Amino acid sequence: MTGQYIIRRLLIMLPVLLGVSLIIFIMVRIIPGDPSMVMAGPHATKDQVEQIRTQLGLDRHPVSQYFIFIGNLFRGDLGTSTRTSLPVTKEIMARLPNTLLLALASILIATVLGVLTGIIAGVKQNSKFDYLSMLVALFGLSMPVFWLGLMLMLLFSIHLGWLPAVGAESFKHLILPAITLGANSMAIIARMTRSSMLEVIRLDYIRTARAKGLKEKLVISRHALKNALIPVVTVIGLQTGTLLGGAVLTEIVFAWPGVGRLLVEAILARDYPVVQGVVLLVATMFIFVNLVVDILYAYLDPRIRYQ
Amino acid sequence: MNSLLRVEDLKTCFYTDAGMVKAVDGISYDIQEGETMGLVGESGCGKSVSALSILRLIPYPPGKITGGKVVFEGKDLLQISEDEIRDVRGNRIAMIFQEPMTSLNPVLTIGLQIGEALEIHRGLKRKETRDEVLKLLRMVGIPDPERRIDDYPHQFSGGMRQRVMIAMALSCNPKLLIADEPTTAVDVTIQAQLLETIKDLTSRLGTAVILITHNLGVVARYVNRMAVMYAGRIIESGPATEVYEHPRHPYTVGLLASVPRLDKPRVGRLVPIDGQPPDLIRLPPGCSFFPRCSHRMQQCSMERPELRIVGAGHLAACLKDLGS
Ligand SMILES: Nc1ncnc2c1ncn2[C@@H]1O[C@H](COP(=O)(O)OP(=O)(O)OP(=O)(O)O)[C@@H](O)[C@H]1O
Ligand code: SF4
Ligand SMILES: [Mg+2]
Repeated sequence: MTGQYIIRRLLIMLPVLLGVSLIIFIMVRIIPGDPSMVMAGPHATKDQVEQIRTQLGLDRHPVSQYFIFIGNLFRGDLGTSTRTSLPVTKEIMARLPNTLLLALASILIATVLGVLTGIIAGVKQNSKFDYLSMLVALFGLSMPVFWLGLMLMLLFSIHLGWLPAVGAESFKHLILPAITLGANSMAIIARMTRSSMLEVIRLDYIRTARAKGLKEKLVISRHALKNALIPVVTVIGLQTGTLLGGAVLTEIVFAWPGVGRLLVEAILARDYPVVQGVVLLVATMFIFVNLVVDILYAYLDPRIRYQ
Repeated sequence: MNSLLRVEDLKTCFYTDAGMVKAVDGISYDIQEGETMGLVGESGCGKSVSALSILRLIPYPPGKITGGKVVFEGKDLLQISEDEIRDVRGNRIAMIFQEPMTSLNPVLTIGLQIGEALEIHRGLKRKETRDEVLKLLRMVGIPDPERRIDDYPHQFSGGMRQRVMIAMALSCNPKLLIADEPTTAVDVTIQAQLLETIKDLTSRLGTAVILITHNLGVVARYVNRMAVMYAGRIIESGPATEVYEHPRHPYTVGLLASVPRLDKPRVGRLVPIDGQPPDLIRLPPGCSFFPRCSHRMQQCSMERPELRIVGAGHLAACLKDLGS
């Protein structure tokens, strides 16, 4: 069942990705500015610009341009950076591990701490812990990534000198960016877990579990938790998507050499093949995260699994 | 003789924004070993709350047991520690709940849910538990137990889920089973089958039963004794056939007239009792049935009637003697 389900979901991904590639293709072409002119520079002659246009394949009909783009895509060829003349895949691959590391660390921190906080706050409703953690979560929600990053840097790097401010040389460099990027999601996950827990704990089957004589710990961990986590998984998935966006800001604040910074550099230099490649990559990751969420869902909820 | 369960002046309240709801307002009764008792009354009269109070399963807040005793096997369940009451729950006293659709956990297999009580109270290992659960499933009449044991609740019909609940409740061979309207959510033919199953199994195992229902017509067939509740109090109790045939409280009379009787051919229409149950936050000072009673006298609005003996083991709380 599960294997079939995953294969089916993977097959659905294909048309979605094709759609995404089409949108990106059109978007890049709508943005004002002619890449061949940018590449040729301000002093180039008309002939030189035309030559570059031919080189880039921009003289062909848009439809055939798209098919060439797709054809290349299937061969794993995203084109060449107009800025560095390196293959786009190479440019991305050089930065991708950094971004993945940052995103993974952030969502891990956000999930583990968020879920734990949410459970405790929910089970001990109206306790000091509950009030305090939800107050902190409220801060986490309203804090812009940019500002939080700068504040953390100010406190821990400049003032206390405990952690490095910028760069990506060691594990220590990862800590502040990961917290910055994950803070928002952590707050949202904690609040969601708490309210979900509060809802589940009032349900009839929890009373049944207590009536059996189960210890409260077992009532929570075995009977309440799995049910309470079902909506949380969706939120975690959505947060992972949002986080990919937040990564751009975080990478700039902490000079983290990831895909987000690459994107900004590429946009500033009108390096369209790179922009196209990065956006496509982020979209793919987003779709993939959704797939993982759906699989997790099916694992948690047998009612979905047996449909 | 010592009773298995003796409830004495039990009181449970809910503190709500509108005021204090006296859901159970001082009820008392005894149950002997192996005896079956029916607890009947209209919706909202406090049947479930009184049952949940026995096992201290009232959610706090807003609910609280404010007084009385629940003496079971010589111990007051309202005084013992959390650990001790947990050892009673599901082990010595088990409960079947009103809503078979929502009372089982949707994400756990029924095998696990039935086996849990065995694991914690009997300390059985995984394999022994599984064998025992299979035996229980067979006992409550679930076909093909080997195939069904790893299924989830949503894969069962309402009636079958309630059988799962019965298996769960009887797993540790409790001394007392509290069945809270075990059949409200299933259709009539299945209701009868379920009640037969409960009756068969408990009489075979010697389990005492409190059967909660609002259907007086059904209950008389399955229990020895019967207690009728109104507005948080017991207003009549006695041997089931006696109460059924010679009701002595106007409310019981009305209740009997409002449900189909299984023992006599229907003569006339079913007459529902006029009026609404009283507001449990603002109970009248005298008899709580006063506003709806067709036998009311002036003194009923001032004096609260206590239970008094009206026949052999037969009690009624009414100021007027309806005769027998
Ligand atoms: N959680 C709660 N909060 C406030 N009031 C409650 C709560 N639970 C029960 N009550 C009150 O207690 C009274 C008794 O409820 P109970 O569930 O015992 O009725 P019942 O006799 O079992 O009715 P039914 O036949 O509908 O199951 C009700 O009038 C209700 O208003
Ligand atoms: S005491 Fe009076 S009001 Fe109450 S039931 Fe009896 S006759 Fe009716
Ligand atoms: Mg009830």
